[in-house]
Amino acid sequence: MRHGAILAAAALAFAGALAVQATPPPPQYVNDEAIAGTGMPRLLSDYGFFADLGGQVPVPHVYPYRLNTPLYSEGADKLRFVYRAAGTQFRADGEGLIDMPVGAALIKTFAFGEGENRRLIETRVLLHRADGWVALPYLWNEEQTDAKLAVAGARVDLTTPKGEAISYRVPNKNQCKECHGLDDAVVPIGPKARNLSGEWLAQMVAAGHLDRVPEGADQLPLWEARESASVNAAARAYLDVNCAHCHRPGSTASNSGLDLRWEQQDRHALGIGKRPVAAGRGAGGHLFDIVPGAPEKSILTYRMASPEPGVAMPEIGKETVDEDGLDVVRRWIGEMTP
Amino acid sequence: MIRLTIAAALLASASPLLAETHTVSPGEGAQARLQEALIFAKPGDEIVLEAGRYALTDGLSLDVDNVTVRGAGMDGTVLDFTAQQGAGEGFLITSDNVTVRDFALENPKGDGIKSKGADNIVYHRIRVTWTRGPHEENGAYGIYPVESTGVLVDGVKVTGASDAGIYVGQSNGITVRNSIAEANVAGIEIENSRNALVEHNVATRNTGGILVFDLPGLPVMGGGNVIVANNLVVANDTPNFAPAGNIVASVRRGTGIMVMANDKVLVENNILSGNPTAPVMVIAYTQPYEDERYNPLPREVTIGENTYDGGGYDPQLDGAEMLLAAFGGELPPVLWDGLGSVAAVEGTAGWSLNLTEAGKGLGGAQPGPLSVSEPTGEFDRSGIGAPAALEARLAG
Repeated sequence: MRHGAILAAAALAFAGALAVQATPPPPQYVNDEAIAGTGMPRLLSDYGFFADLGGQVPVPHVYPYRLNTPLYSEGADKLRFVYRAAGTQFRADGEGLIDMPVGAALIKTFAFGEGENRRLIETRVLLHRADGWVALPYLWNEEQTDAKLAVAGARVDLTTPKGEAISYRVPNKNQCKECHGLDDAVVPIGPKARNLSGEWLAQMVAAGHLDRVPEGADQLPLWEARESASVNAAARAYLDVNCAHCHRPGSTASNSGLDLRWEQQDRHALGIGKRPVAAGRGAGGHLFDIVPGAPEKSILTYRMASPEPGVAMPEIGKETVDEDGLDVVRRWIGEMTP
Repeated sequence: MIRLTIAAALLASASPLLAETHTVSPGEGAQARLQEALIFAKPGDEIVLEAGRYALTDGLSLDVDNVTVRGAGMDGTVLDFTAQQGAGEGFLITSDNVTVRDFALENPKGDGIKSKGADNIVYHRIRVTWTRGPHEENGAYGIYPVESTGVLVDGVKVTGASDAGIYVGQSNGITVRNSIAEANVAGIEIENSRNALVEHNVATRNTGGILVFDLPGLPVMGGGNVIVANNLVVANDTPNFAPAGNIVASVRRGTGIMVMANDKVLVENNILSGNPTAPVMVIAYTQPYEDERYNPLPREVTIGENTYDGGGYDPQLDGAEMLLAAFGGELPPVLWDGLGSVAAVEGTAGWSLNLTEAGKGLGGAQPGPLSVSEPTGEFDRSGIGAPAALEARLAG
C-alpha cells in the first residue's frame, strides 16, 4: 500500500517534469506556500523572492523600499523588500504601520562592503501567516549563493565601514521577537507611513498595491539629510526607530516606564528627569535618563555610547557605537531647557 | 487508504500531548544546540541540560509556553557566561507556565535569568553567581521576574548581584522561599508588586537583606500585601557596591529588612542579627516625584514578633555618633522615619526619626524612642503568595 503510494507520487512528479520540458520556463513567482505555510523553509531560495539571489534582484511582486530614518546595524547596508500576495491589498492606517494582509512578507538583507567586495551576511524575513507574523533569520553562505535558516543565530567576523573588526551577531529567532514583539505578538517595525517616502507610497498606490497615501506619511527626516531638519526631529526620529520598539508600552522594555515613541510628548515618559528602574550598572553613576542641557550626565547617552553588554543600549544587534546617532541625541539633550 | 488517513489524523491530533524530552550536552556548539532546543520545544516538552560547563557567548531565550528546563543540579550544570558578548541577560523567558530548575548561571554580563510577562513561572534550585564576589560591574539582578502573575522562587542561590540577588518587580501572586541571597547589594527585593510571601530564606553579607518597596513612575504601581516571615537575616554588612543612580545605591550598609512606600506589610518571626545600621527599617520614599498614582508612605506596616540579636551598632546614618550616644551606644532594632502608619507588637524596641513630611530629607528629624500602637486583629493573609498549582511542579 505504502509502496504503491510512493510509486504513484513519483510517477506523477516524473510526468510533471516531462510536461514542463516542452514549454519555456514559467515566470518566477514567489512561493506563497513557503510564506503562509506552517514550516520554516530551510533556505532563502525556497521563497523565490529573488530572480538573482546573490545580486539581490527581486522578482516581480517583490518591491524594494527604504526608510527615511533607519535602524543602526553596525553600519550595514540594508536592502529592504516587501512582497504582497496576489488578491490582497496593503492598507494605510494613519501614520503607523502599513497594514499588510496575510501572505505578505518583509525581507531585509544585511550587507557589508562596496561593489565587488560586497558581502551579504544575513537576510531576515517577516512572514504574515494566518496566526500572525513569524520572524526568521537566514545566514548567507561563503559562496554567496544562498542563505540558510539559522534559528539559533550566529556570529560572523567582519569589518564595519568604519574599519572596526567585530564579531557580528545574527539574532536568533527569539531575539527577533525581542524587538518585534508587541503585546505578545510579532509585528513589523519599519514600514510605518511616517517613516516612508511619500513618493514611494504614491507609486505603491498608483500600482494598486496600497489603498491610499495616508495623512501623516513621510514625517521623519531623511537620515542623511538630518542637518537640514531640526535637531528635535532628527533625534526623536532616531529614538523612535532605534529604541521605541522596546521602550514603549506593551513591548520588551515596558517595565522601564521609558517610552521613546515619536508620538510621545510626556517629558517624564521620554526620560527627562526620570530615574532608572532596572538599569543596574547601565546607569553609569548618573541619576536620570535625561538631564536637560547635560548629555554627559544622562543615562540615555551613556548607554548609547557603550558597546559593552550589560551597559549597551540597544541590548542586542549592537557591537559598535553609532557615533552619528549619538551626536544627534547629545545635541538634542544639550539644547534642551530644564 | 481511508484507515491510514484516520490513523494519521489521530497521530497528528495526539502529538501535542506527547511531551518530549530534548537532551542537550555541553561542548562544541553548545550555544546553538541549546538555543535551538529552546526554540523548537513544544508546549509540554522538557529540555534536559546534562551535567557540565556550557561556554556561552550570547544570551539564551525561551518563548514557548509550558516548557521545563532542567539541569543536573545547581552545581552540576553550569551555564558559563564569562565570555558573553551580547544581550542584556543570560537567559530571557517570555512565555507562560515555564519551570527552570537545577542549573546555574555564572558571570552573566547583565542580569541572570529574566522572565518578563511570563505568568506562572517556577524557579527551583537555580544558582546565579558572579564568581569574583561583590563588584560594581557585576550584572544587576540574578533572578529577575517582572510584569508577571504567579511567581514561585524556591531554593535558589544568588551571589554578587550589583543590584538585587532575587528581584521581583511589577508582579502579583509571588512566593520567594528557601533561598539564599548572599553578597548582593540587595538580597531579596519585592518592588511594585502585590501579594508576595517571602519566607524561610537566608539573606546574608548583602548591603541590605530584604527590601520591600514601591517606586513612582512605573507602569505597575501600588505595591502591598506582603509578608516577610521566618527569614534568617544576618550579617548584612557588605559596603554598598551598586553603581550610583540606582535606587539600591542609596541602601545603607547594614540594613536587615526595609519596607519603603508600601501598603499592608507584615514582618514577623524573622531572626535578625548583625545588621549594623538597622535590623528593621520602615520609611517613606525620599525623592521628589511627579506621579499622581504614587503614595510615598509606608501604610499599615505590622512588625510582629521577631528575634533581634542586637540593633544598629554601627549605623551608616548622618549623625551616627550623636545617635549612638543618645541611645546608649546602640540604636534599637526597629527604625521608623515617623511617616505613614506602623504597628508593632508589645515590647518591640525601636526608634523614630519623627519626620512630619515625606521627601524633605532628615533635616526635621527629632529622633526619639518608637511609640506606636499594637496590631489590631489578624493580618489578612488571603491571596498572598504564588498560586498553589505551582507547588506541584517542584516534585521530581
